[in-house]
Amino acid sequence: MTRVLAWQIGIGAACLAAWEWGVRAGLLDPFFVSRPGAIASRIASWTLSGTIWRHLAITLEEAVLGLIVGAILGIVLGFVLARSPFAASVSDPYIKMLNAVPRVVLAPLFLLWFGLGIWSKVALAVTLVFFVMFFNTFQGVRDADRVLIDNVRMLGASERQLVRHVLVPSALTWIFSSLQTSLGFAMVGAVVGEYLGSARGLGYVISQAEGTFDTTGVFAGMFVLAVVVVVVSAGVTRVERYLLRWKSS
Amino acid sequence: MIVLDGVSRVFRTPAGAVYCALDRISLSIAAGSFCAIVGPSGCGKSTLLNMIAGLIPPSSGVVRVGGAELSGVNRHATYMFQQDALLPWKDVRDNVGLGLTLAGVGRAEAHARADAWLERVGLTAFARHFPAQLSGGMRKRVAMAQNWILDRDLLLMDEPFSALDIHTRQRMEGELLGLWESSTAALSDGAEGPVRKTIVFVTHDLEEALALADRVIVLSAGPASRVVAEHVVSLARPRDLLELRTQPAFVDLYRGVWADLRAEVIKSQREAHP
Repeated sequence: MTRVLAWQIGIGAACLAAWEWGVRAGLLDPFFVSRPGAIASRIASWTLSGTIWRHLAITLEEAVLGLIVGAILGIVLGFVLARSPFAASVSDPYIKMLNAVPRVVLAPLFLLWFGLGIWSKVALAVTLVFFVMFFNTFQGVRDADRVLIDNVRMLGASERQLVRHVLVPSALTWIFSSLQTSLGFAMVGAVVGEYLGSARGLGYVISQAEGTFDTTGVFAGMFVLAVVVVVVSAGVTRVERYLLRWKSS
Repeated sequence: MIVLDGVSRVFRTPAGAVYCALDRISLSIAAGSFCAIVGPSGCGKSTLLNMIAGLIPPSSGVVRVGGAELSGVNRHATYMFQQDALLPWKDVRDNVGLGLTLAGVGRAEAHARADAWLERVGLTAFARHFPAQLSGGMRKRVAMAQNWILDRDLLLMDEPFSALDIHTRQRMEGELLGLWESSTAALSDGAEGPVRKTIVFVTHDLEEALALADRVIVLSAGPASRVVAEHVVSLARPRDLLELRTQPAFVDLYRGVWADLRAEVIKSQREAHP
């Protein structure tokens, strides 16, 4: 474990060092790629002045709302369709069509419908999270072990108890394992939404920097985003490990 | 107690063909008896058991339990499956008490009664473990406790020990007989005094069937299986499973039933590899 960590840190440090060296030696043009030192001092000044926290809080709020709303819609619909093969067959082509729509083209529509505030970004995150949650719930309920269902029925379960004791836990294992993906998608939805039209958030910071050819600002924004995702997903991994502890032997 | 009257079961294969698994099976199983059903693989043994369980309805004919025609899940029965059927996300204690919880028994009482059963099957130390953390034999013990805690009159078993190694298997068979011999059931056929639970035990292993049961029913090779023979196992109880298999009376019985079963096994192998 420590060996893995040592290599992870080593590779990152080597890349940054090579980048910094490349710029200083004149091999790379800092106008296009900036350099790690400048990016670090930009992040430091953002952190010290406190501006980054405000933007980060907005982006996280949008992502979390998108995750919650998308998860609720996806899980409920996944459950309903998995329990009703007829409804599943009827809605199948529509779900495939909707899932095929590139989300970026939806962003301007959402801006029009929900305004420049957080809700257009939440909506974009929802369209990404929803399908991951939906497909996993659907699969989880459909894949519930036949023997477990029969056993619980023999032990006296009603339909509702069957859902509670077998189908929901069975689907939850699929849902949890897709939580990492969903979380990443929620962040992407929020940032892309901000990027295309807003006055706050990390996506706004990045787009502002791009507008002034400030590559240092762009990289600094991307770096903050990356760190936040790594930290949050480490938290999710811990929760997941606890909730799915029965899987390990 | 259980009566099958002209029960047939037909399946439709994915290709659209019709497959007849069981053809007009009629038999009755007395309350308090231990009845084994043997037959070559693919003869519809499990299908027969599933119909007694009410998990699948017969295509024609009726199943009667305690005189009443069965429709839906058989509420007099629990079922021990060949595969693992414990809920992997519940610990051992919650699994054993599951039937009680489903019946609306409170958490504290369900736990207390589950603990009593865990003591009977020697798994007290594993109450908080999850099924994935147990050995195959332990999981079977948990399943046994999960079934017996409900105290139903009928226990259906579908090759429950077939995945275990031979020694664990013999131990489990011994434990099953011990539980059964000390069991009582409410439903009796008007008999005087207490009656044991009824067990219907499906297996492809004739030795296991003879060692455990009062009566062995031989099914023919599929498709369209029928009952080809019935044998009464008149070995005294309690039985010593470790010694039983070499006793002359057992060997004679084995020869007699095997003569019937052998022909069906050969037929089924010819079907599989023509």
